[in-house]
This record gives sequence, C-alpha cells and structure tokens, in this order.
Amino acid sequence: MATPILLAALGELLVEESGVVNIGIEGAMLSGAFAALTIAYFSGSTALGLAGAIVAGVAINAIFAVLVVNLAVNQVVTGTAVSILALGLTGVFYRKLFGVTGKAFMVAPIAKIPLGPLARIPLLGPVLFDHNPLVYFTFILVPALWYLIARTRYGLRLRACGERPEAADALGLGVIATRWQALIVSGALTGLAGAFLTLAYANTFVENISAGRGFVALSVVIVGRWNSWGLAAASILFGAAMALQFGLQALGTVVPYQLFLALPYALTLVVLAGFGGQAAAPSALGEPYRRQ
Amino acid sequence: MLSSIVKPFAALALAAALISIVLAALGASPIGVFAALAGGAFGSWYACVDTLVKSTPLIFTGLAVSLAFSGALWNIGADGQLMIGAIAAGAIGPHLGDFPHLIAIVIILAAGALGGAAWGGFAGWLRARRDVNEVISTIMLNFVAIQALSWVVHGPLMEPSGAYPTSAPIASAAQLEFYFAPSRLNLGMLLAIVLAGVCYLLMFNTSAGFELRAMGRNRRAATFFGVRIPALTVWVMALSGALSGLGGAVQVSAISHRLYEKLSPGWGFEAIAVALVARLNPLAVVPAALLFGALDNGSQAMQRTQGISPELVQVIQGLVILIILAFDTPAWSRLREQIFGDDEQPAVPAVAALPAA
Repeated sequence: MATPILLAALGELLVEESGVVNIGIEGAMLSGAFAALTIAYFSGSTALGLAGAIVAGVAINAIFAVLVVNLAVNQVVTGTAVSILALGLTGVFYRKLFGVTGKAFMVAPIAKIPLGPLARIPLLGPVLFDHNPLVYFTFILVPALWYLIARTRYGLRLRACGERPEAADALGLGVIATRWQALIVSGALTGLAGAFLTLAYANTFVENISAGRGFVALSVVIVGRWNSWGLAAASILFGAAMALQFGLQALGTVVPYQLFLALPYALTLVVLAGFGGQAAAPSALGEPYRRQ
Repeated sequence: MLSSIVKPFAALALAAALISIVLAALGASPIGVFAALAGGAFGSWYACVDTLVKSTPLIFTGLAVSLAFSGALWNIGADGQLMIGAIAAGAIGPHLGDFPHLIAIVIILAAGALGGAAWGGFAGWLRARRDVNEVISTIMLNFVAIQALSWVVHGPLMEPSGAYPTSAPIASAAQLEFYFAPSRLNLGMLLAIVLAGVCYLLMFNTSAGFELRAMGRNRRAATFFGVRIPALTVWVMALSGALSGLGGAVQVSAISHRLYEKLSPGWGFEAIAVALVARLNPLAVVPAALLFGALDNGSQAMQRTQGISPELVQVIQGLVILIILAFDTPAWSRLREQIFGDDEQPAVPAVAALPAA
C-alpha cells in the first residue's frame, strides 16, 4: 500500500527541492498505470510494461515542464489541467482498447523475489523481504535520495534552484535545466508508481485507478517535512490507514471507515496549520522563474 | 479588447484541432464526433434545456473560481465547497415541510451557501492566519468533503429504510420547481445568471473589488496601498466557497432532491476551465459554462453513436486550460502586440502560486 505513494512522493520531493510544485502527480501516475497495463497486456512482457510506464510518466511531466519551466506559467493551474487531461485520455483510450463491457483485462503480476534466507524469518520475513523488485527499489531510493539531496554537489544545486533561483542562475547553475531534470526523474518514478498499481496491485486497469494517491503523495511530502526518511514514515502511516479501512469496512465497526480514508488529508492540514505552514519548504517553491 | 474575445476562441479552435488528432488516432471520425456532441447538446428542445440545467452548477463554481483567482487565491477546492453546501442543504431539506415554499427555498439555499462559505473560509483563514497555502488546503479539504459526503449518506443522514446509500428526500416545500416540465429547467439557472451580474459589479464597480484585483496583481504593492490582505483573503475565500456551496444546494433543491455519493462529477475542476475561458470575467462565465455544460450534455449522445466515452470532455477541458495558459505567456504577448497592437494583462495573475517563506 505504501510503495506507490512513496515512489511518487520521492519524485515530488526532487521536483519541490528544485522549486516547482507539481499537483499533476495524479496525471502522471494514471498515465503510467494505463501504459503499463496496456503494453504488458499486448506484449506479454512485464518489463516492457514498466518501460512504457516510465515513458508515459515522463511524457506527462514534459508537457508540464514546457509550460511551467520554460513558459513560466502558473504551476497550480497547469498541474490541475494535466491531471484532468490524463484522467480523460486514459479513460477514452481504455474504453476504446478494451471495450465498454467492463470485463477485466488481467495481466500477470510482477514476480516477487524473496531475499534468500531473510524471507524465511518467521513473521518479519514475509513482511519485509518477500516483495517484487519495485518495492525494494523504492526503499533503496529513500537513503539514496537523502544522500543525493543532502550530501552531493548536485543536491546543493537542486536546493539552490529551489531556495534562490536568481542566485543559482547568477552562479551559472542552470535553473531551467535543473528543474527539467527533476521533473523527468519524477515523471519516471511517478510512472512506475502507476505501474505498481496495475502490474503489482490490481493486475488490471479501471478508470481513475489512482483514486487520489497522487494527492496523498503530495501530502506525504508535506507531512514528511521534505526529508526522504520523513516521507517513508508518512507513506507507511498513510498506507496503513488505507489498508485498515478495508478491514474496517468488512468488519462493520462503529468507527466509520471514511475517517481512515480522510486521515491523510486531515493530518496534512493539521501538520501545516500546527507547524507554521511552509517553514520546511524550499523558499522559492511554486514561484515561476523568468530570466531577467 | 479585441484579443480578449479572440483568444478564448483561438484556444478552443486549437483544442478542437488537437482533439481531432486524438480522435483520428482512435479511428473515429472527428466530424462525426463533433456533430454528435452538438446534436446531443442542442439537437432538440429537450436537449437544449438539459444543456442549461447541466450548465447551472458550472456557472456557480465558475464564478467562485473567477473571484478567487482574480485575487491570486488558487482555490482548487470548489468541488469540496460544493459538496459541503450540498450536505448542508440535504441535511436541513427534509425538515422544511412545515414552512411556506418561499421561506423553505431561502433556508435551504442559505444553508448551502453557509456550508460552502465555512469550507472555503476555513482555507482562507488557514492562509491568512496560519500561513498554510490555499492550494494544498483546498485540495485536502476536497478529499475530506468526499469522505464526509460518503459518511453522511451511509450514516447519520441515510434514508430511513437503510437500503440505499442516499439521504432522505428533501421536503417538497424546499424543492425548486421545474418550469416547462417535463424538462428540468428551474429558477436555479436564473439565480446563477443574476449572481454573475452581482459578481461583475462587485469586482469592477466596488472598492472591495478593486482591492481584490490589486491583491491579485501584486500582493506587496496592495499591502502598501492599505489593503488588509488577511481579512480580504478570508472574505474572498468564504464568498468563493459560498458560491460553490450555493451551486450544491441548488443541485439538491432542484435536481437530485437527496444526497448520494459522487454527487459532483467534478464541477469544481471543470470550473477552472470555465473561469479561464471566461478570462475570469463573471459575465463571460455564463457563456463559458454553457459551452462546457453543452459538452457534458452532448457527451452521452456521442458515446451512444460514436463509441467514444464521455471522458473525452475531460481531455477537452485539460487541453483548453493548458492552451489558454500558454497563450498568456510573454512570448505570445509580444506576438499579439505585433498583430493587435494592444497591451493586455494576462487572465491569470502571474504571481507566485505559493508564498515565499
């Protein structure tokens, strides 16, 4: 449950560190989910499906990047439009390719790779060490991205673009190029997050399969305080809340399951209101940058 | 002035051209699809009236978005505000049976407006007092509203038999009547048009409207000229929410008569396309909403005859927004100045989406 959210959130973290806020994550995720299923279904290859998801996610983010980075238009409105566009495109193409019968088009799930003897540890083994490669990849990304952002020259350049783009530009750091790079990598990660939904989780596609996970990823970045370890913790918390509501719905307890579905969003509001808003956010987050 | 009329049409034409490419890729005939859309929207008296009915919530939310965006307050939460307005209307509606018709209508619509105002005003307060960006808060409040609606129709407001996840029907005294029955045309449309005029006067003929537009152009400069930004932020967001909430209440009072999940098919997001096509001008919101209402209405017929799913309308919405944004960039402005020789402000204030910390 936590993996697709975390994967998309880590992509968004890179983008936000470079000073751009992309609320169109949902669009790249949906496109990745659709491309992965369609290509895996017709080619019979999971690997090609994953590659297709990366291409689709990058393509959606490239549209966003042209408008937001090159043309410096409003990031919020562009992100919303990209989400609506992807929702529409995937819906239209899905109906055209797979008909209106609603018949499920199943694909084989991504194979799990148990990590040798570790997976045989009672209780902990199946929980931690018996997953598909995307899960391992995602959790390796957490320390990797932390190191990249906090400890490398490239990370410094990324953060400079997010904190003081004018200064970064004056130093010849290439704000436009850096923001493009962040958006491309994020598109690939978000596309993979979508592929996880279709190839590992549902094994099929339905319209709007992402069901708001792109926006949960957005809140994960905020609740995780722009730190990849924090993002991992927040993703696991929100993933657990989503998993819990299915159990509650089946049990029919007095606690309404909607409470758990609303939890990520409500918690984001509480965190933002309680911690003095955007204190941990990059200073120039969301500001279009135009060279004078 | 000329280009402010030309530009939305140019954007729509470009969107239509791009859609044609998508349709050709799908193996459908673009002309057939556009003809089916037009036929479904305007092909008969009944279809025309239904287009008006489907446009009504888009006028309310389109006005809400125009108002907020004019002040550079990026209210992405019209959908949630509409839902909370609908919940307020649906909660009070069944208990209005003993009131005279007119009073009951006023109460149910006021409940909707207040509900929406509370939801929007809360986001405004978070922005003004807690420095919480309204984009994030309104997105989050949308999802909270979706879950709230789901909860009330499964829980406290569920209809007495408990068989369906809907609320009890509202009292007949609180129902906006249909004129020209069996069509569903009602006074909600008229109310929406009147409010468009009121919003126009508010924005362009009052000092509050001037302050709002000043805040949208340049928040810092507006502060220096004595605009009280925090108070204005709360008021504008509350008013924007009230318009959306009123749209939700009209929908409950006139059309659905009860609450159910997925009450809104995304009117709050479609409203962004409406507001941008209208270039944030409240009077232009009415024809822009009619256009998108017509697309919504025509999409059913398009699905029947052309086998293209109604999601095509969302593709059009997304494309139109992106094209209009691209048209408002400096590169285009220079080109436009060379052609039209005027110097016009962009529709969307080009200020920061998020405040600098």
